[in-house]
Order: sequence, then C-alpha cells, then structure tokens
Amino acid sequence: MLRFLAGKLIEAVLVCITVSIITFALIHWTGDLAVSIGGMDASKEQVEQLRRLYGLDRSAVAQYADWAGRALRGDFGTSFFSKEDVFPLILSRLPVTVALAFLSLGLGLLIAVPLGVVAATRPGSCIDRVALSLAVLGQAMPSYWTALLLILLFGVQLQVLPISGTDSWQSFVLPTIALGWFVMPVLMRLARAGMIDVLAADYVRTARAKGLPRRVVLFKHALRNAIMPVVAVAAVQLGFLLGGSIVVESVFALNGVGLLAWNAIQRSDFPVVQAIVLIVAFLFVVLNLLADLINALLDPRIRVA
Amino acid sequence: MMSTMDSVPEAAARKKRARPNQSIVFGGLLLLFFFAMAILAGVLSPHDPYAQSLMRRLRPPVWDGGTWTYPLGTDAFGRDYLSRLLYGTRISLAVGLGGAALAGLLGATLGIMAGFFGGWVDRIASFVISTRLALPSLLVALAVLQVAGSGLSVVIIVLALTHWDRFAVVMRTSVRQTARMDFVTRARAMGSSDLRIVAQEVMPNVMGQFVVIFTFEVAQCILAAAVLSFLGLGIQAPEPSWGLMMSEGRARMTTNPGLISMAGVTLMVLVLAVNLVGDGLRDLLVPKGPQ
Repeated sequence: MLRFLAGKLIEAVLVCITVSIITFALIHWTGDLAVSIGGMDASKEQVEQLRRLYGLDRSAVAQYADWAGRALRGDFGTSFFSKEDVFPLILSRLPVTVALAFLSLGLGLLIAVPLGVVAATRPGSCIDRVALSLAVLGQAMPSYWTALLLILLFGVQLQVLPISGTDSWQSFVLPTIALGWFVMPVLMRLARAGMIDVLAADYVRTARAKGLPRRVVLFKHALRNAIMPVVAVAAVQLGFLLGGSIVVESVFALNGVGLLAWNAIQRSDFPVVQAIVLIVAFLFVVLNLLADLINALLDPRIRVA
Repeated sequence: MMSTMDSVPEAAARKKRARPNQSIVFGGLLLLFFFAMAILAGVLSPHDPYAQSLMRRLRPPVWDGGTWTYPLGTDAFGRDYLSRLLYGTRISLAVGLGGAALAGLLGATLGIMAGFFGGWVDRIASFVISTRLALPSLLVALAVLQVAGSGLSVVIIVLALTHWDRFAVVMRTSVRQTARMDFVTRARAMGSSDLRIVAQEVMPNVMGQFVVIFTFEVAQCILAAAVLSFLGLGIQAPEPSWGLMMSEGRARMTTNPGLISMAGVTLMVLVLAVNLVGDGLRDLLVPKGPQ
C-alpha cells in the first residue's frame, strides 16, 4: 500500500514539475515576450528596455529557476497589467469560480442522474430516447452559444435575469445553467451505462430472485453501485469545468478566475497566465491523487495492479 | 414488474443492434450534405463571401422580409450570410479533420508503442499522458495562440496538441490486450519483426477503436476551434469561420438574433451528425466487454 502511494506521489510531483517547465517554455519560446508586452507600436529601443526590465535577457534556465523557485513559495510575481501580486489576485477571484463550478456540477448531476437512471431501467423507451437526445444535443452545442441563447431568452426577451456582472446571486443563475448544460451529457451517459451494467449483474439478479420489491432493488442495490463512477468522474470534471468557465465567465462578465485568465491572455499578462495554468494543473493532480487514494482504500485489487 | 426488469439486458442488446444503422445512416446523410456544401461552396454561393458593401448592411433573411438576392440576409459589413456559411463549412471540416488526424497520429503512435513494448516505454508514455491531462487545454491553447499568432495551420496544430490524449489512452489499452493474443505470440515465434507484427497483426485489430475515437475527436476539434474563433484567437477575420461569425454577430444579437443563431444551428447540426456517426460506429466496431 505504502509503495503504491509513494509511486503515485512521485509521479504527481514529476507531473507538476514537467507542467511548470512546459508552461514556462510555451509562453517563452512560441514568441517574443518583450514584443508581445510592448504591443504593435513599440519601437526597437522600447522592446529592448522591456526585455531588461522584466529580466527577459537572461538565460532561459536562469529565468525558469527564478520563476519556479518563487512559485514554490507562493510568489508568482506581479501582474504586468495591474502591478498587483498575482497570487492574492487569483485567490480573490477563486471563490466565484469555485462556486460556479460546484453549482453547475450540482445542476448537471441533478438532471443527469435521475434521467440516466430512469433511462437505464427502460432502454429504448420514450424517456430513454429523450434522455439520449438531450445528451447528444448538449454535446453538440458550443458552450458560448448556449450562453448567448440564454442571454437572448432570459435577459433580452423575458428580462428576468441579469446577463452580465457579479453583483448578486442572480448573476450566477444563467452561467450555472450554461455550464451545467455543458457537463450534463457526460454525466448522464455514465449514469445510464453504469445503471445498465449494474442491473445485469449477478447480485441484482439474486436480489430480485429473493423476491425483494423492485424499488428496493433499484435504489438499495443497483443505484449505489451505478453512481460510484459518476461521482468519481464528477470530481475530475471539476478541472474540466475551469476550461468551460473561461468561456462562460467571459460571456457573462462573471468576475472569476476564468475571466481573469481570459483578460490576462488578451493583455499578454503572462505572470497571471502562467500562475493560473500552474495552479489549475496542481489542483488537477491533487484531485486525481485523492481519487487514486480513495479508490485504493475501497478496492484492494488496485493496490497490486 | 419483474418481467420488465428481466428483459432489461436483452432489450438493451437488441436496441444496441438496431440503433447503429439508424444513427450511421442519419448522421452519414447529414455529413454528406455538409461535404457537398464544402466542395460546392464556390458553385452554390450566390455572392463573394468577402465582398463588403455599406449599402446592403444587415439585410434580413428572406422569411423575415428580405429578398432572394440575399436568402439569409447580410452581416454588419454587408457580406452575404449564406455565402459565408457555405465557405465556413470548409473551415470547420478542415480544422475538425485536420486536428483529429494529427492528434490521432500523435496519440496512436504513443499509445501503440506503450501498449506493445510495455515496461519503461509504457511508464514514460503514461507519464506524458498524465502531464497532458493536467494541463488545462483551452487555457494553454489560448495562451499559445496569443503569443504565436493564429491562422488555420496554427489552429490545427494547437488542436492536435490538446486532443491526442484519448487516442493514446485507448490505443494503449487495446494494443496491450491484443499483444497478448496467441496469434501475436505465433507471429513472434515465426520470427516476425516488431514493426511487422504491429502492422500486420495488431493494427487490424485496433483499427475499429481508432476510427471511433477519430470520429468523436473530429467533433471535439470542430467545437474547440469554434470556441477559439469566438474568443478571437482562432481563425482570423475576414475568413468566414462560423465561430468568428457568431463573435461578430454578438454585438447586434438583440436586434439581429439571426446573426448568431444561423451559424450556431449549422455548427450544432454538423457536430450532431459527426457524433451520431461516432455513436453508430462504436456500436458496430467496438467489441463489448467479456459478457
């Protein structure tokens, strides 16, 4: 068990280090940072000045070591744009994004699980077709388009909900629907497939053969096991939701990490971009490590494999 | 009550056999229609998709008081919407097929090597896959496009670099299973080289899986490219990319909702068609588990 965990932990640390190198390299070597910061109109002298000012004239290894060393201590430098410290800036925006992620994940599960389960008990029925159509439709709509349609419907036609800003809880309603709709299909397909598998399993047949009522078999025996993979994937989806939140937050001008990331990219504010990439990757690695740990505790077979 | 539950697995199995044909035929027909749109864009388009005119800005579509000269109306620059939609099909298909093909090449190579050789090759490959999954792809794609500049080929490369993981994961597993089969052992005993075994014994057995993932990744790449274009870092103006058309229409969507809805619906139907074909192919080509 200890060996298994140590191996996973070493891999996680190596992944984090590699991600930091890639993040650094992508931004430093795919273009000239000083030119990006200076903009189109900067003269050659100005660009050289910027290069010295930000220490971009040093060797790549020196720059990386400097950046990574500070990052380890929670110091991600200052924003090129607002001159604020990057780490507190990200932390101040984090609650909005975390709230949005949990709300939309909750909404997604609330639709996906009951619908997937009911669909699985009657494959091929009318409700199964509706559920599958919803999933297929949800997977075919780009997230920003859903967001725009919601704005047109609720904000412009009905004028019942705010379409932009972070002023009250109402500002979260439309972004939550947009993002929840975005994660729903994956969760529903999983719930449906899991339930179909479980219903065909031997212990469910045994439970039925014992003469237990259908409802007890469905909820006590089948659902509990069918739902496990959905919850596991839901946890990992939190990382995936951040990608969606860039789009949704920027469409609704919701002041979270996604909008911060998008603004930072537009302004070539690279300390902020690098820090967000690194923090998101770190969170993803930690979540996965936790999932591995929980799985290993629950299922001894995994530890040896 | 009991009888409905009894029949669940059989009904599901029957459904599985009945549905793929339906979804492949329906999705395939839609897809053919889109390919025709892309190939015949030059013939079908009533106007030059790039020709601007301030005299004919924001004409309404024909069902909304417009004329047949501009069947779907014109955009804020006076360009014919239908012509742009038709030419946009080329871009969507190019980024979808191009991105998925390049991603497939990268991912499948890594996955096949990992599954076939095992050992330290496998360990390195799974490390590379973990690293790729830890990187937030949209964020990285946007950052790279901002620094490197964008354009069709850069977008395709960025899409490939952010979409190869599923190829690698699935190919690794199925190649590993195949490599243990008797016919592979026999080929090895007969003195076949690794390359020959992979090409002649392993590949034919994992091709079905590859085709299925490829189809789904085409849809993913089309969607991702639309998001990049919408955010202004994908295909650049004045190209008639659907994502860009929606981004340009956004400012006027309250008065001219058609500007975002027509391109959106077209994009949705294309992705829907590709996914339907993928669903059908999966039921047809991918063998079910041990049951």
